[in-house]
Amino acid sequence: MSYPFEIIPSLRRETLRRLISEGKRPDNRQLLSMRDLSIKVGVVKTADGSAIVNLGNTKVIAGIKFELGKPFEDTPNEGNLIVNLETPPLAAPTFEPGPPDENAIEIARVIDRALRHSNYIPLRDLVIIPGKSVYTMWIDIYVLNHDGNLIDSSMLAAVSAIANAQVPRAIIDGDTVKLDKSTKIQLNVNPQNMPLTVTYYKIDKYLIVDPTLEEEVMSDGRFTVASDGENIVALQKGGGYFTPEEVDSMINSTLSIVKDLKVKVLEMIKNPTGSLML
Amino acid sequence: MAKQPPVPLLSNGKRVDGRLPEEHRPVTMQVGVLPNANGSALVAYGNTVVLAAVYGPREPIPRYITAPDKAVIRVRYHMAPFSTDDRKNPAPTRREIEISKVVKEALETVVFLEQYPKSTIDVFLEVLQADGSTRVTSITAASLALADAGIPLRDLVIGVSVGKVGDTVIVDLNKLEDNYGDGDLPIAIAYRKGWILLMQLDGVWKPSEVKRGLELAFKAAENIYRSMRETLKGRYMTVVQQ
Repeated sequence: MSYPFEIIPSLRRETLRRLISEGKRPDNRQLLSMRDLSIKVGVVKTADGSAIVNLGNTKVIAGIKFELGKPFEDTPNEGNLIVNLETPPLAAPTFEPGPPDENAIEIARVIDRALRHSNYIPLRDLVIIPGKSVYTMWIDIYVLNHDGNLIDSSMLAAVSAIANAQVPRAIIDGDTVKLDKSTKIQLNVNPQNMPLTVTYYKIDKYLIVDPTLEEEVMSDGRFTVASDGENIVALQKGGGYFTPEEVDSMINSTLSIVKDLKVKVLEMIKNPTGSLML
Repeated sequence: MAKQPPVPLLSNGKRVDGRLPEEHRPVTMQVGVLPNANGSALVAYGNTVVLAAVYGPREPIPRYITAPDKAVIRVRYHMAPFSTDDRKNPAPTRREIEISKVVKEALETVVFLEQYPKSTIDVFLEVLQADGSTRVTSITAASLALADAGIPLRDLVIGVSVGKVGDTVIVDLNKLEDNYGDGDLPIAIAYRKGWILLMQLDGVWKPSEVKRGLELAFKAAENIYRSMRETLKGRYMTVVQQ
């Protein structure tokens, strides 16, 4: 994908830097406020759970699929969770076809860690026969339009699709296990544990959240904090450098941003829409 | 998480290998170990041993990856098949690809890239023996190898891992603590600048524990920084004598 290597004229750069130093953004936002968010769940009929996230002009879709699987040796009493993220070439002029590159793998792994440690997904409910047969829960995240902040929008898509997930019933017949796709049971997530990420971008000495692609490309550093609103469940530093004081302030502001954002998300995912519209 | 360790990770305030929570394993280092490379280093944090080689600045292959105004750093972090308990398949895993990326981003900030336009600096990291904290050991090794190659750096980079056993924050995880502990917080520090160049977190941490982890990492980095300087000084002196 070779991350959006877009050229921004130096005049534009200077203007953006000046605006940000005055606490403003080109789209009239404050440094730590996000773009308009909309989430629709239950949009893909063929998936066991799905969600489309629009964050400004960034669009991400996530689909859940359950399959039969074998548990990992060290977790005989838990279902398997696999997070995969794709950046197909339709989403940006700089994306190229091919298997997930290091950027896509990094985002998927950060989301995976946040989900795993937050206890949001009841992985223990996804066991069919302990030690022998479990559900494998595939979370496939597709970027549809890249206008910055793929980490946070992908995380939003993942948690929303998971909340919407319906688990096909397992039928145990002697030694064989089959999935009955016609009977599905709602997955019981723990909404209070829902993890969300807040990714900070550094421009000069200022920290902003939810950058547009333009702001993201000209930033000097990146730092992601994942939290359930109380604990930290993942951190990931990207480029640039950060001081301990900056880390402290990012962790503190994340706790309050996540608390507010969670209320919004829980409201938006209440009612499945059922239609696939961008 | 929730997995039972074969032995208690903390008993009477001591860890499985007898260390105190804030105690780092012995760190040994050697530079200029590979004659073919422009710079190289072998670093051990206890039983974790990593070999680093730097090739470059050199003309890149393929050529299209270059930048017109600065050097491009490429990092390959890789674990040798014999470095782990069970043989590790030598094909690069998603974990190795991610670690290569975060290590690259840690190093990019300290190298004066603008001095070498249109070239690449390749950093190869091979974990020869793994006993926890391999990515932070790799960073220390990479930083030494870059310095050994004579590439101008803003600062030396020190990797330190911090972890959690219950509520106790511990420094420099070994394999058992990595596998059965309650959290993992690898950090890389530009010591004199006070910059954090790599920071990742696994597990569930209270904000106060993260803060404590950072403090302990900076403290542990001090000794490692000193021995890095000594090691490099020794190396430069032999070069001067030759």
